[in-house]
Amino acid sequence: MRRAGLALALAAALAAPAGAAPARVVSVNLCTDQLAMLLAAPGQLVSVSHLARDPMVSAMADRAAAMPVNFGSAEEVFALAPDLVLAGTFSTRATVAMLRRLGIPVLEVPPVASLAEARAQIAAVGAALGREGAAAALLAALDQGLAALAAPPGPRPRVALYGANGWTGGAATLSGELVALAGLDNIAAALGLAAGGFVPLELLLVAAPDLVLPGRVYPGASRAEEILSHPALRRAARIAPARPAEADWICGTPHLLRALAALRAARAAAVE
Amino acid sequence: MSYGALLAALALAVAALFAASLLVGPAGLPPGASLRALFGAEGRALVLVMQEIRLPRAILAAAIGAGLGLAGAAMQGVLRNPLAEPGLLGVSSAAALGAVLALQTGLAAAFAPALPLAALTGAALAAVLMLGLAGPRSGALGLILAGVALSALGGALLSLALNLSPNPFAAAEAVFWMMGSLRDRSMLHVVLALPFLAAGAVLLAAAARGLDALTLGEDAAAGMGVRPGRLRLLVVAGTAATVGAATAVAGAVGFVGLVVPHLVRRAAGGLPSRVLPAAALGGAAMLLAADLATRLIAPDRDLKLGVLTALVGAPFFLHLVLRLRREGAG
Repeated sequence: MRRAGLALALAAALAAPAGAAPARVVSVNLCTDQLAMLLAAPGQLVSVSHLARDPMVSAMADRAAAMPVNFGSAEEVFALAPDLVLAGTFSTRATVAMLRRLGIPVLEVPPVASLAEARAQIAAVGAALGREGAAAALLAALDQGLAALAAPPGPRPRVALYGANGWTGGAATLSGELVALAGLDNIAAALGLAAGGFVPLELLLVAAPDLVLPGRVYPGASRAEEILSHPALRRAARIAPARPAEADWICGTPHLLRALAALRAARAAAVE
Repeated sequence: MSYGALLAALALAVAALFAASLLVGPAGLPPGASLRALFGAEGRALVLVMQEIRLPRAILAAAIGAGLGLAGAAMQGVLRNPLAEPGLLGVSSAAALGAVLALQTGLAAAFAPALPLAALTGAALAAVLMLGLAGPRSGALGLILAGVALSALGGALLSLALNLSPNPFAAAEAVFWMMGSLRDRSMLHVVLALPFLAAGAVLLAAAARGLDALTLGEDAAAGMGVRPGRLRLLVVAGTAATVGAATAVAGAVGFVGLVVPHLVRRAAGGLPSRVLPAAALGGAAMLLAADLATRLIAPDRDLKLGVLTALVGAPFFLHLVLRLRREGAG
């Protein structure tokens, strides 16, 4: 993913000409919301996306509650008169295209699939905000936390991440990397799923993991999540008592450390 | 073919398809080990796969198919309309709406039987509405048009309920509710649906003699002591129970109730009391085959049951419409 990092650095260089830190930054993406709240100078960030306030997906919902929020439409973002907009590469495509036509600099960041990409993204967003010092401090804190949570010696329980519709994350994902770092073996590798994929319940049972980390279940109800309460799943494998909060490992922020600590705790409980 | 031979052949087909349904799955287990695991004589994982995943799926396919076949045959009898079928008349989509409302309001989470009961209520309301619309003198196609409108309304309200759900997965599940699937169903669903399917079957069987009399005309039936109000009530209640329970756990599966009674009618001799048992067996065989096909054609996609039943059923429906027009009944 070096190319993605390079493209990011390039985009950052284009977005923020040397010496001129943007004064009014608007974020329209959940992950850039959190990076900007962590890195921006007081008053520099004027609006974050409404998702930043949703505690289900945002690790900084309490801080976002004090921020003005936007819903990502080009019209409302333009009205905020930003000199830098932070956006993701997968959503708000029409908004980004429109803002570019209106001459507003936009930094687009892709979803991260590894800790290395997360590090590059923190640095790139820091540079775009003119806050290289804050980014360096955040990276140092991340490294310190990772060192403190280094993989414990001893057995490596075989774990399955199992979400709605039977989705499992593989080694080539951020969650997969954290699972490995926590001293767990991901059964996705044995099933030949590097990036992850849908695993029928039958195959999961035959693969016989020591531990299952079920995905979170949203309010309301869905058939997609019913597989997580299937009696066969409950009887076949040990269900991890504690698992990372979804919000902690969606984005490449130091909140990943909390997810890693939760995985360590799940491993410790399984090894006992 | 004699009636006894027809029933025997259908029962044999159901048994063979039921066995095939147990032996086909993504884990690709050898048949011998699968059968031993079904009776608990293998490793824990295999036993769970057979007893908790494949067995409930096969039971549900057979029971729901039988229920839909019965409901279709009974509706065709009471409406005296060869095009009647729970899916086409909007009964299934009303049942799906009831099920979705029970799930999204949290009623089904608090009290599990609320799920089939809500679907049953939706189905019953739609069935009453259709019987009311059918009246003594409605054309075969007029009734179907009313069913189309009711189906569209049910589908729209269902989409609305799913879109308003706080659950991000729910909105994408309209396809499941309109097309049906048996993937990842468990014994919990069997326990939930089977009593209602059985009760529905008993009610529809009790209507059989009345339906036989009705083939001679309403006046003749009344002369033979058939009370039309009671007969209609039996069919509405039986249809609501079978279609409600089926839809609550598997979504709306169309065309089974249309195709199967027609296929068995000639060999069964035309009388509803003889068509009903054959339609139940035929429906079970058709749904087992459709569910098997979803797993064989595209094992890693959740291909919907309704896709396959519609591929067979829709051309069949058009054929019936053309035949009706030739006979001048449209």
